[in-house]
Amino acid sequence: MAAAAALTLTGTLLSACGSDGKPVVNWYINPDGQATLGALAKKCSTDDYDIKIQLLPASATDQRTQLARRLAAKDSSTDLMSLDPVFVAEFANAGWLEPFEGADADALVDDDVLAGAAETVKWDDKIFAAPQWANTQVLWYRKSLAEAAGLDMTQPVTWDQVIDAASSQGGTVGVQANRYEGYVVWINSLIQGAGGNILDPDTVEEGRDAKVTIDSDAGKAAAAVIEKLADSKAAQPDLTTSNEGTSLGAMYPADGPGEFMTSWTFVYKNYVDLLGKPGGPADEAALKDLGFARYPETVQGEESKPPIGGIDIGVGAYSKNVGWAKEAAKCVTTPEAQAELAVNEGLMPSRASVYDEKALSEAYPTELLKLWRDSIDSGGPRPKSAFYSQISSAVQSRWHSPTQVDPDSTPEKSAKFLRDVLSGKALL
Amino acid sequence: MSLTKAPPQTSSPRRDAKPEQSDRMVAENRLGRRLVAPALLLMLLVTAFPMLRALYLSLFQYSLTAPDDREFIGLSNYLTALSDPLFWKTTLNTVFIMIVTVGVELVIGFAFAMVMHRVIFARGLIRTSILIPYGIITVVSGFAWQFAFSNNNGFVNSWLPFVDETFNWFDGYSSSIAAIMISEIWKTTPFMSLLLLAGLAQVSEDMIEAAKVDGATWLQRLTKVILPNMRAAIMVAVLFRALDAYRIFDNIFVMTAGAYNTESISFLTYRQVIEQFQLGIGSALSVLLFLSVLVVAFVIVKLFRVDLAAARQES
Repeated sequence: MAAAAALTLTGTLLSACGSDGKPVVNWYINPDGQATLGALAKKCSTDDYDIKIQLLPASATDQRTQLARRLAAKDSSTDLMSLDPVFVAEFANAGWLEPFEGADADALVDDDVLAGAAETVKWDDKIFAAPQWANTQVLWYRKSLAEAAGLDMTQPVTWDQVIDAASSQGGTVGVQANRYEGYVVWINSLIQGAGGNILDPDTVEEGRDAKVTIDSDAGKAAAAVIEKLADSKAAQPDLTTSNEGTSLGAMYPADGPGEFMTSWTFVYKNYVDLLGKPGGPADEAALKDLGFARYPETVQGEESKPPIGGIDIGVGAYSKNVGWAKEAAKCVTTPEAQAELAVNEGLMPSRASVYDEKALSEAYPTELLKLWRDSIDSGGPRPKSAFYSQISSAVQSRWHSPTQVDPDSTPEKSAKFLRDVLSGKALL
Repeated sequence: MSLTKAPPQTSSPRRDAKPEQSDRMVAENRLGRRLVAPALLLMLLVTAFPMLRALYLSLFQYSLTAPDDREFIGLSNYLTALSDPLFWKTTLNTVFIMIVTVGVELVIGFAFAMVMHRVIFARGLIRTSILIPYGIITVVSGFAWQFAFSNNNGFVNSWLPFVDETFNWFDGYSSSIAAIMISEIWKTTPFMSLLLLAGLAQVSEDMIEAAKVDGATWLQRLTKVILPNMRAAIMVAVLFRALDAYRIFDNIFVMTAGAYNTESISFLTYRQVIEQFQLGIGSALSVLLFLSVLVVAFVIVKLFRVDLAAARQES
């Protein structure tokens, strides 16, 4: 018995050590920006410990499932993890994340951190993760298309205007409307852009008791935009299964004027890399024709709420190296680390000051950096709830397919279903 | 001497009617029980414990991400599940997949079994070729068929003259479910044919020869001699495959991820527990799944027993 216990103990200790016997801090990352994250892990390793990268699956759902399975089993080797912002509330509420307190918390979320990104790491008045990089969506478009349609892009534009402009010129509007998380991102931003929310922000953290507010004028306005796009000539042929990748090709088609498209920050680097290649701009002039503007308004005159994404770094509550893991979390989220991620990988900083770095202004147009920073600062988060996954699936279930969305019935139906799901009275 | 001879009436009807065991036999039995005990305990731990735990958890409203909100709600989860149209939709879908796949596999599997039974040349090669799909992991075969049915790089559309090149199999219920079932049938027909081959081997060649001498046609020999004599083997094959098909998960997970109502009851349970972390309702669903598997097994056994009895009366 004693021998077995000793063997188990030795095994556990060995598994927490590297090949040279130095303790290891495991960092579970998603596949974005692996090269820079690998370099960061090396740079942030110290004489006391090595940071070892462990790769998570590509899809956000699978990342969440894998981390949750480890943490639910109280895995002591999950020290550091890259988290999609929407998972922070779930994981923190489950007691799986070690909170940052005192000076640590103040240093990680100070005034320099953009509001949209700072909001994602807070739960129950505590800081549960360190914002590493932030993501947001803007409206990408072909300047020639907007000009031909007579749309003044120096002023905020509405979804209606964008759809009409694209329709009138034989162009299209690219969105994410497959039955997946990306569709909820769109719906949430449309509703917030009309001054509403899927769940009442004052009660959203109450979990099952949160007040459902999707059946509102804002919900109807959002449904009206989806209905209008689905019924218009501007809808792309694969609207019902569209994702971030499918609409990229419609910007520089072989024939046609291109598109307006709402998508994340990676789009710019994507087209720069595709210069002269199939699916990308044919030449520099075509690349210069790529315009960007603030996320469209749902209601004219009401400021839009661009989606917020990115990655926050959490520390596992069952880690045997909590102290080192917190130290590592601080190291991989420094302004220098954020600048490297932005320049090398196109993953935008969560700190305002980093946008002024010379390396960034050399890599991206100044006005684009300003647009991203403003969007992250004034963007709207998805519902912060310990039941986020259920909320997201319930919304997808009643709002998909976009061709069947009806402002008069969809918000109402989805509100009832969401209430039933949250109270455990309906299956998903 | 008959082995079924009744015990002498003079003795008591209690257990002590058994012949006395020698000390050595008693000791051996005791040793046997002791030797088996650890394995029995281990089996109880790995099978009974999860089942009892699921039963216990199903009485709670319990989400893994909100452990403090755990609340005892009795049988409410069962009522919720049984009164939800989604539960019945997925159950019906599962039964539909089970009936179609097992039906098709029975026919094709029997044909394969006949080939394997009668083949004279290259026997090993032919038997191995037929059995290959069963050696492939279901997830792998699911991916293989997903690629095959893809309208971008798959070959199915170009092989079927009545299907358009651009037809998307995974864009609607009928075509998606057809693709899932084809994958399932391809993967497990060899298993069916293996079981039926064992049944075929048990049919006496003398009887078939006798039927031949009596002038029975091939069809008559098949329906009057071969099939009735391998009824038990058919029952085992259908029972095993039906229970297997009722638990269908991998192919759906890989090929459609449950889109267009192609979900099975296993998939619904998976989603509640693994994706949504809803341990309460998920456990209730897994208990219902377990009970429905028992019902399926009972119905199939009952069905075949009736047939066997009827067959006996006819003869």
